[in-house]
Amino acid sequence: MTRPIRMRVRLDGDVAEIRALIDHPMETGLRKDSKTGELVPLHFIRNLTVSLDGKPVLEAQWGQAIARNPYIQFRVRGAKADDEVSIEWVDNRGERGHASTKVPPAG
Amino acid sequence: MKPPGTARGRALRSAIGALLVAITGASPAAQDGPEADRERMVNFFSERFPGVPLQDYVYGAMIVSADARAQYEQIMEFPPFLGDLDAGRRMWEKPFRNGRTFADCFPDGGRNVAGNHPYYDATLDKVVTFEMALNRCLEDNGEPPMRYGEREPMGVLSAYARTLSDGMPMNVQVQSEKARAKYEAGKDIYFRRMGQLNAACAGCHMHLAGRIMRMEVISPTLGHATHWPIFRAGEELMTFQGRFNRCMEQMRAAPFGYNSEQWNNLEYFLSYLSNGLPLKASVFRK
Repeated sequence: MTRPIRMRVRLDGDVAEIRALIDHPMETGLRKDSKTGELVPLHFIRNLTVSLDGKPVLEAQWGQAIARNPYIQFRVRGAKADDEVSIEWVDNRGERGHASTKVPPAG
Repeated sequence: MKPPGTARGRALRSAIGALLVAITGASPAAQDGPEADRERMVNFFSERFPGVPLQDYVYGAMIVSADARAQYEQIMEFPPFLGDLDAGRRMWEKPFRNGRTFADCFPDGGRNVAGNHPYYDATLDKVVTFEMALNRCLEDNGEPPMRYGEREPMGVLSAYARTLSDGMPMNVQVQSEKARAKYEAGKDIYFRRMGQLNAACAGCHMHLAGRIMRMEVISPTLGHATHWPIFRAGEELMTFQGRFNRCMEQMRAAPFGYNSEQWNNLEYFLSYLSNGLPLKASVFRK
């Protein structure tokens, strides 16, 4: 199952503001299914990498404490229009997600 | 005008009506009817919050806090519930077994229709909300109806379906005598004291609007009907009638329940008061 990543990038001078919303259940492993009473198995994003033009600008190691559908927002210097911003993640089950977009012109 | 209810309820209502007249200084003549009620409400809040444009009442309690409003604007730039709206769009577009879709049940494919709801249906002798219209669409096409008050499918579907009417001015009509009776029944609930706290909707949302209770700013009556469902903290979907239920619990009264006649009438009344204000579906609220 593909889990979409929604990305918005804004360029101001040479600073790119990158925002992303990642669809992921981020199960803590402690929650019980209300119907069956069974524990919902642990399922969370372990590693997340954001790259600008192929060069990693943000690497994160996450745990199950991160909320459902995680949202990240950060700024990175040295960006220019048409650079490619890409996001990749891998979770504890080995599922992967990927998305990329171009930096729009400043304005 | 024959509002249902007890003598005590009527007395309270007319007392509040008299208070309103006293506050707004309007003459009691030519004072009867939904449009007069709406004008009185607008006057009441323009005195309470001078300088706030009418259109801004869609922001509810945020009219008194520029900070809360700025946070809201920032969240709405990229709201966390986009995935839910996508899920709602898939439901809206998924054909029924007979090949038709929700869009076929509404004029203009469902665009700019939500603001005409709720409306009074003479054959049913009932107020029909937008959620009821969605369910009627299912039943007309031989599909099982959705349960009211559930996050999925009803909540998520209505969250998307209402976005198709974004920007449409609320346009609720009260035309016949019987429609008027439903409107008055809703109005009666709004001004009636209920529950262990002996509170009325109007007590907080008119007279204490903009003040702080339980660490939250109380929203004004005006504009209450324009922006449902809300995603509280970006996550918890709450419909208009879900909000009624929650308010009732906080008043320590037994809620009337989703799609009850009382709530539909109350929604009819409140929606009329928001007439002319632009709809904006699926918004963030604290």
